[in-house]
Amino acid sequence: MRLVIAEDSVLLREGLSQILARFGHEVCAGVGDAPALLEAVAAHAPDCVVTDVRMPPGLRDEGLRAALQLRTEHPALPVLVLSQYVENSYAADLLATGDGVGYLLKDRVGEVAEFIEALERVAAGGTAIDPEVVRRLLAPDREPAELRRLTAREREVLAAMAEGRSNGGIARALVVSEAAVVKHVRSILTKLDLPPAPDDHRRVLAVLAYLRHPDRSPATAADPAPAPARTPRHPA
Amino acid sequence: MTSDNTTTKPSARAAGGTGEELPGGARRESAVGGVWQALASGPAGFLGSLWPVRAMGYLLAGGVLGLGWLFLAVGLVVVGILLLPTGVGVIALLCVPASAAGLAGLERRRLRWLDPREAPSPHQNGYAPGEDEAGGNAARRALRRLWRRARTPATWVEFGFALPNAVLSVLDLLVVVLGLGLVASQPFALLTVLGGDQVMYGEGIVLTEPVQVLPWLLLTPVFAALACYTFAGLAGMRAALARAALVGPRREKELDARLTEVTASRARLADAFEVERRRIERDLHDGAQQRLTGLIMTLGLAKLDADPALVAKAQDEARAVLAELRDLVHGIQPSVLTDRGLGAALEALAERSPVPVRVDERLGSLRPAEALEIAAYFAASEALTNVAKHSGAAHATVTVRGGRTLTVEVRDDGRGGADPERGTGLTGLADRLAVHGGRLRLSSPPGGPTVVRMELPWADGAQGAGAREDGSTTGLTEPPREGRREIHAAGDC
Repeated sequence: MRLVIAEDSVLLREGLSQILARFGHEVCAGVGDAPALLEAVAAHAPDCVVTDVRMPPGLRDEGLRAALQLRTEHPALPVLVLSQYVENSYAADLLATGDGVGYLLKDRVGEVAEFIEALERVAAGGTAIDPEVVRRLLAPDREPAELRRLTAREREVLAAMAEGRSNGGIARALVVSEAAVVKHVRSILTKLDLPPAPDDHRRVLAVLAYLRHPDRSPATAADPAPAPARTPRHPA
Repeated sequence: MTSDNTTTKPSARAAGGTGEELPGGARRESAVGGVWQALASGPAGFLGSLWPVRAMGYLLAGGVLGLGWLFLAVGLVVVGILLLPTGVGVIALLCVPASAAGLAGLERRRLRWLDPREAPSPHQNGYAPGEDEAGGNAARRALRRLWRRARTPATWVEFGFALPNAVLSVLDLLVVVLGLGLVASQPFALLTVLGGDQVMYGEGIVLTEPVQVLPWLLLTPVFAALACYTFAGLAGMRAALARAALVGPRREKELDARLTEVTASRARLADAFEVERRRIERDLHDGAQQRLTGLIMTLGLAKLDADPALVAKAQDEARAVLAELRDLVHGIQPSVLTDRGLGAALEALAERSPVPVRVDERLGSLRPAEALEIAAYFAASEALTNVAKHSGAAHATVTVRGGRTLTVEVRDDGRGGADPERGTGLTGLADRLAVHGGRLRLSSPPGGPTVVRMELPWADGAQGAGAREDGSTTGLTEPPREGRREIHAAGDC
């Protein structure tokens, strides 16, 4: 597939290009700041965008803003955001723009195979949420009481669901059969009183919304155009 | 001393033993208490003491000073007005308030003759940013100092004191002369009569025989006592006036002013800390963090392909991260400073400077407190950075001296013209030093040389003292760390 990558560190941009090339993807433009990213997307019409959060000129969250803007202008364009820090609200802002988004810590790139899998999932219209985001939502001090009803295996499956993995992906990651995953997923949705979701992205939304605000009605959480738990700080 | 004592109880005897010293002690105490206490201590104590003479001396000296100042001030004003067109007159006029401040300083010092209480100056003598950093030649510096004096409210209060004080001084002198004349009058009359002349006391009393004068001589002690009390009372009042005018509650206002300055300086420091914190965060984010991420990527690829070239690349990247972290940590707190002290740290700094720097450090085995070392080190570091960036100098020298103040002087042979108004670097530097009661002096005439002199009141390093103790005691205290031991071993040779 053809990608545009935006990353201000030349070192990382090169490393990323190298990895993508190694897996047969074409980097049609590598840029170093947010305005250049928007231009490059307009010029190259890529299949997918990978962008850093903190970029010149302001060195704040320009990359994320650009990603949200791209998602508004081209809702079908998959965007994977790489960040040096985990910020749950960033993930929420991205998820609110629909499917085909990803939010990962930069060092996940080091697990090359998994990174490529997540990227390809996003490019195919799926979702990729960093395990760290999920881990924070599952932190014991803020964990909803209902979660205690889950078995250890079900919790692992829940985390994988929240990361955006498909049933097949969960099966591969946990080294179990896909049928077992389907069984676990059904059990989890029942225990947490979540409706069965028609696709993986809505499943992620439902699970994340549940984890962020367990008292919210699951039905609204799974709404096709979900209001994110907090209003986006960067209205497009 | 105890054998013929009539008291029998041991405790009472002991009390008597100390009691013998009481009269002397009490007298010394009254001397400590000042002229009013001496006056209140009764005629025998007062007249037998040196207080009347002291008071007279105070009045005489004050009279001479006050009048002397008046002549000086009038002279300065006249000269100032006459020379105003040439510009020199301004200096003369500026000298008027400054001379009043000088007089006030002397008056405050003189207060000690009669009044043991502290008489601190209301003038701010600490750090004043932007004003102490004098540039230019000596004349301009002096002019700037005069101008600063003239702008200080305390100076004008002192001026306001000096004018009426001059008039009162004349009265003081008159009183002293009259008093002394009164005391001398009867002995003088006796001498006159002995010389064959006659003395007339008012209407109709004409004395020609010495025997006739003798009864009148009895008046002399009365006159003397009267003069003593008058002198002491007047001197006491004059001292109280001087204290009220020159030491009084205005000090609080000056303290307020200093507090304002401290608050401003603290705000600037807080800003500086914030900037520093951001710099460190940025350095970490753009440097080590990115490099480590890159390293992880390279290792990820290497894992896939087992490519020796990629492993070698990863190793290089790891080395680069380490070097970057080392530099960053060094910028936060150089370990050589902690371990080996200011001299060694400045040597290391000099080695890294692009401009050749000679370090002349003579602290010997002395080590100032750690906070001072850090402040001095970073101040010197900032100054050397300025040398490298702005001065165009070919050489620089760093001189470090200990003693009552820790002095670090950075001198370069560059083009000069450094201006604290333009860059925040020097102000920040001054603030850093001000935290420790230190100050910064800058001399940077156009054409150079530039001298940045940083002075910090000396405080002994706890570690330095500890290490010295270790040398003399039997090792009961914890042994010093290797680096410190070396320092003191080196200092002892």
